[in-house]
Amino acid sequence: MGSQGGWGQSKDFLDLVKSIGETRSKAEEDRIVMNEIEILKRRITEPDIPKRKMKEYIIRLVYVEMLGHDASFGYIHAVKMTHDDSLLLKRTGYLAVTLFLNDDHDLIILIVNTIQKDLKSDNYLVVCTALTAVCKLINEETIPAVLPQVVELLGHPKESVRKKAIMALHRFYQRAPSSVAHLLSNFRKKLSDNDPGVMGATLCPLFDLIIADANSYKDLVISFVSILKQVAERRLPKSYDYHQMPAPFIQIRLLKILALLGNGDKQASEHMFTVLGDIFRRCDPSSNIGNAVLYECICCVSSIHSSPKLLESAAEVTSRFLKQSDSHNLKYMGIDALGRLIKISPEIAEDHQLAVIDCLEDPDDTLKRKTFELLYKMTKPSNVEVIADRMIDYMISINDNHYKTEIASRCVELAEQFAPSNQWFIQTMNKVFEHAGDLVNVKVAHNLMRLIAEGFGGDDEGADSQLRSSAVESYLRIIGEPKLPSLLLQVICWVLGEYGTADGKFSASYITGKLCDVAEAHPSDDIVKAYAVTAIMKICAFEIATGRKVELLPECQSLIDELSASHSTDLQQRAYELQTVLGLDALAVETIMPSDASCEDIEVDKSLSFLNGYVQESLVKGARPYIPESERSGMADISNFRSRGHHDSSTHGLKFEAYELPKPSVASRIQPVPLATSKELVPVSQPTYPQEMSQAASMPSVPETGPSELKLQLDGVQKKWGRPTYSPTVPSNSNSSSQKAVNGVAQLVVQGTVGPKTRDVSYDSRKPQVEVSPEKQKLAASLFGGSSSKTGKRPTSTSYKTTRVHSHAAEKSQIPTATVASTEHAAEKAPQPPPPDLLDLGEPTPGYTVIDPFKQLEGLLPSDASSVANSGVSASKSSDIMSLHAESPMSGLIGTVANMGPTNLDSANLLSSLSNLANRNVHGGPAAMQVAPVKKGPNPQDSLEKDAVARQVGVTPSGTNPNLFRDLLG
Amino acid sequence: MIHFVLLISRQGKVRLTKWYSLYSQKERSKVLRELSGDILSRGPKLCNFVEWRGYKVVYKRYASLYFCMCTNQEDNELEILEIIHHFVEILDRYFGSVCELDLIFNFHKAYYILDEILIAGELQESSKKTVARLIAAQDSLLETAEEQANTISNMIVQATKK
Repeated sequence: MGSQGGWGQSKDFLDLVKSIGETRSKAEEDRIVMNEIEILKRRITEPDIPKRKMKEYIIRLVYVEMLGHDASFGYIHAVKMTHDDSLLLKRTGYLAVTLFLNDDHDLIILIVNTIQKDLKSDNYLVVCTALTAVCKLINEETIPAVLPQVVELLGHPKESVRKKAIMALHRFYQRAPSSVAHLLSNFRKKLSDNDPGVMGATLCPLFDLIIADANSYKDLVISFVSILKQVAERRLPKSYDYHQMPAPFIQIRLLKILALLGNGDKQASEHMFTVLGDIFRRCDPSSNIGNAVLYECICCVSSIHSSPKLLESAAEVTSRFLKQSDSHNLKYMGIDALGRLIKISPEIAEDHQLAVIDCLEDPDDTLKRKTFELLYKMTKPSNVEVIADRMIDYMISINDNHYKTEIASRCVELAEQFAPSNQWFIQTMNKVFEHAGDLVNVKVAHNLMRLIAEGFGGDDEGADSQLRSSAVESYLRIIGEPKLPSLLLQVICWVLGEYGTADGKFSASYITGKLCDVAEAHPSDDIVKAYAVTAIMKICAFEIATGRKVELLPECQSLIDELSASHSTDLQQRAYELQTVLGLDALAVETIMPSDASCEDIEVDKSLSFLNGYVQESLVKGARPYIPESERSGMADISNFRSRGHHDSSTHGLKFEAYELPKPSVASRIQPVPLATSKELVPVSQPTYPQEMSQAASMPSVPETGPSELKLQLDGVQKKWGRPTYSPTVPSNSNSSSQKAVNGVAQLVVQGTVGPKTRDVSYDSRKPQVEVSPEKQKLAASLFGGSSSKTGKRPTSTSYKTTRVHSHAAEKSQIPTATVASTEHAAEKAPQPPPPDLLDLGEPTPGYTVIDPFKQLEGLLPSDASSVANSGVSASKSSDIMSLHAESPMSGLIGTVANMGPTNLDSANLLSSLSNLANRNVHGGPAAMQVAPVKKGPNPQDSLEKDAVARQVGVTPSGTNPNLFRDLLG
Repeated sequence: MIHFVLLISRQGKVRLTKWYSLYSQKERSKVLRELSGDILSRGPKLCNFVEWRGYKVVYKRYASLYFCMCTNQEDNELEILEIIHHFVEILDRYFGSVCELDLIFNFHKAYYILDEILIAGELQESSKKTVARLIAAQDSLLETAEEQANTISNMIVQATKK
């Protein structure tokens, strides 16, 4: 077994690895590798290389490529090696090509034939090797070449072959769903394979299929549940146990599938309740794998139709993840689980306020980001300011552009949904733009402009114009700052153009002057310049329309002159348009540039009815009537033919079957022709496509049938290309709508369940137990307080809210564009008790006066409670602050010291050090060391010796003792 | 789905890479550079997950080697962590208490083992015994093949001598 002794490699290779191991810098390593590449290039082309030597060269090529260098000169030799008869060389060849080539490489075509041959081999190991290669190398075009053989292998007597065949089909499904569409029933069949490995592998493709279409697999719920039950009850062979858990990887996969099938389906979910409860009880919470299964259970519970009992278990596990563990991993999973559970019952979050705050302030970036994700999910009008501020602060502090973009867009989304006031909204947006700059999606900027133009919906014109003038003021304030991102400048220009002079505070010449400055300050940014010119034009037009005389500033005139000679035709056109507008009279200007008309609907006559007269006239004169594209028959071929482009040229360019022996009978040659032409006349319906595809593939391509065959295959092509264009829009829509629905529901649940008293009690009982810094408590109150203050409401107000939310939901579905605005509006109008946020207390809540006095009285109760809580906080602040500061750093230090211990042990034995780290019963420390050798092949002395050697050497070749290392090798 | 598997030493040296999704050679070295920077600099007590370009990288350190796997956002991180451990246990069983040197000099064998555990980015076999049996079968076949080859070449050598 294995590699005791000299590692079984040639001296050259060992030298190479050793010298690379001893390098101190990347440059040195590169030099050695380049040198090696030169050697290999020379040697590999020599004639008559012994096969053993060639194998070694290939392995060296793999090594070079692994280090990130180009070894493409040797690919062809690896391909050649797959043709070899000896399994030893064949396996090396396949390994090398799977590592070298992506599935779009030109050389693939040379391997397909070998793969075909190997799939038919009597030796199951050869078949396995070939199937592994199939999974990596076969692409959309070559699938038909191996598909029949792979399907045949599903019935192979060896389970390892069946398993790999399933995985290969799964890969085909991922690459080109239509290519295996007629074979999907095979996956169902293989679910009942008597080998657990094959069954487990089948769950992978089934998972993907169920994601795509859950409804057609509902009948399998009972089978999945019974499999899961059997697995949990340890009916599978012992060898599938992992750390004393019965087949956890299979359990996890089943739970994922059940989560999909039970989503929004009460009946299916009810089948699962018992088994899920069982798993919650059985799982070992002390092992990592046990927690992995538990986490998957939580995901499943939060996805299916909810059961109070299961939710309780899930909440229990979540709180254990968050509180009772010192492990960051579990905290991370706990935060994630919490994010899932609050969608169903938001009150769970309250029990974990402090744990969440701890995670938010943790030095670990990963944990922090996860926590931001959670905050994003639980944002409400009452806590949006705190959360958005935190997000922006964090956004400023990081450099990772990818994440910056994400968090910026989240910020914008929250601000749009929950903004408490116009000022705040504009300021937040400005901050986001300023710091995230051009990372923000262009759409966000357009959204912002629209929002300013439309106002926050409703009839309150006064509030809208107030929003606009505050936007104008804030933009005039920042416009002079250097290095504003282009996107923000565009927004500024647009807003100043539309509304700069609207409220009469600023003169037209002042605004145009500012706009000219912007254009001058960004000479290389055509888009900003275009925005600026158009804005100037608008301002001038509004001035003319109101009958005032327009005097262009000299700098403005020079800008126009410059732009009319610009290289950009767009800028030129804008400049000329502006000059023309200046020469027109008030009436004309009013009609081309109506004031504040940016959100007026422009009606588009899609049926082009204004052309009817002209069409009639032409018809009378003898023109041919228009035939809609869908009804045209002959034309479709041509247009399709053109659109298919060069992509699929190989579908008819290459043939993977061996040529048939020439047959004398003419009949068989002609046969395809009528078949194909008949297909052309009959409209091709989608479901029949797969059979046709395989037919087309199996037919020998006869020249005469060329065009008609092309047509048949085109349907497949269209289907393939058509799908992706649809898919991106659909999920995003459903996502946003579902999320919004959840938001509405979430609010309802909170109001219904917990009364004001329970909340008070929980607050009080917590205080003496946990000593927390006042800052944290403050933050907790501002983050979570919103929800607790809401819980204070009586059922009467709940019903009021219910109707509001419902009517809202209806509104949303009807007018998608106005969604944001209307939510905003509701948020302002809805009766809100003052949130117990310390920061917020002083702020008046707009819209409060609208509510009748009865409701106001109700509002008093929770606000009292919150003030009590607040005073409690401040009291603890004064008394505990010293002790806290004295204590917390100490305990933290001790913790880290204690944890440094085991990791610093630089043991060479991978597993022993790992079992020291993980507290597991099975592989706990020395016991495992003694037991392990007995269990497996090599005798204990061998491994002990090796262990000792490795210790001396230091684990890596770059260890402190290169001499020793050389001895070892020699 | 697992997008790639990386083995990186503490010094940032690459010990093994396996790509299940499409990455060009240029992207690969970029990924390696970015990730080894991100992961090697992390402290010992932090979580074993790194969010990276919309994916999640789960890593675990064994002695001086970091095992990293990149997965989708929605995958179960703890499970991936155990898949890594599963792989290491199988390596350990195969090499007999595995150390980094085993993997450096026998990286192709590590690839063969990985191919029996993961295929197309999915876990294909969760039974250690089954994997061990398959690898042993391949090895024994190779050994006999090698012996045959040796005897044949010996015969040729002897024949040519005469």
